[in-house]
Amino acid sequence: MIAEMGFLVAAAVLVGYAFASMLRLAAGPTTADRAVALDTINTLVVATMVLLGAAFGQVVLVDVAIVYALLSFIATLYIARYLEGGLR
Amino acid sequence: MKVFLYALLAIGAVFNGLGAFALLRFPDVYTRIHGATKCTTFGSIFSIVAVVIYGFVKGGGEGGTLAVHALLALFFLLITNPTGSHALARGAHRAGVRPVGAVVDKLEEKK
Amino acid sequence: MRRWGAWVAGAVFIYAIYLLLTLWTGKVGVWSLGELIGGAVIALLGAIPLTHFVFKREDLRLLQPHRWILFIFYLVGPFFLSMARANIDVAYRVITGKIRPGIVRFQPHLKTDFGRTLLANSITLTPGTLTVDVDDSTGEFYVHWIYVRDPEPRPEDVCGPFPSWARRIAE
Repeated sequence: MIAEMGFLVAAAVLVGYAFASMLRLAAGPTTADRAVALDTINTLVVATMVLLGAAFGQVVLVDVAIVYALLSFIATLYIARYLEGGLR
Repeated sequence: MKVFLYALLAIGAVFNGLGAFALLRFPDVYTRIHGATKCTTFGSIFSIVAVVIYGFVKGGGEGGTLAVHALLALFFLLITNPTGSHALARGAHRAGVRPVGAVVDKLEEKK
Repeated sequence: MRRWGAWVAGAVFIYAIYLLLTLWTGKVGVWSLGELIGGAVIALLGAIPLTHFVFKREDLRLLQPHRWILFIFYLVGPFFLSMARANIDVAYRVITGKIRPGIVRFQPHLKTDFGRTLLANSITLTPGTLTVDVDDSTGEFYVHWIYVRDPEPRPEDVCGPFPSWARRIAE
């Protein structure tokens, strides 16, 4: 199957979207805007890693995606706590 | 088969793009969270389901491992994504960010 | 007694995920012997914190299998449909820029933490709504609505059949 090529193209498109979200990360007027942009980028990176794992036939990349998803979730929660003013 | 996979990947890419676009287009934090969370989660479901189907069709040890692990990644993404965005929305409101042009803000009235 | 039940349930959950991650690694079934034993040890140790956090206030009715079947049915049926509707809705709002945002309050009458979590996550992923805050003591939901039709809505106006689904699955 030549589906691997399709996975590669889709991954490239998602990376493009991640760069677009980076505009909001740079421009966002408040800290919350930047945090939302970061959260979006995290989701896109997880999807990209799964697609790349399929494209290259490397299951390790999918494992990294799982760990990345959980760690970025914890990071998001910490940023949210910081926004609340809770890290005292 | 291949066409089906390509269709899933295309739908995923379109919705993910919609999420990124919504992030740039909407006026304030809450509406941005709306667009970003819903669209990227939905798009990622399609992208990852394409990988899962590809893995199961490929079969054997390698393809099966790929499919199961991708399915687990999807499971965690589905749990963590809305929870994280809920935490961000709450944090933003407590930090004093108000929705732009809101017609009603019951949470503000409560305090 | 309840403590031990929670411990065993947590250990089984962790072990199931561990076994899924290590499929096709050996000859005993499809696992290797080392993975089976190591996974059991990790699951039993990892379940100890679960008894302190996750199952602290809940009873064990979440372990009844018919709730899991309902949950899966809910995920692929009504939930997925309204998620698709949500995305088309967001596409429409992004393109036309037609928004009328506001934060509304409603009372879905859910008592358990799991039910509230399920409803909050469902609301976040479905058309036009985003959970901002949940009052822990009264169970009131504060929801950011992208197009407010009614400043004092009933639960059905905001999120359709989801409260009754959450009650059926979790309570």
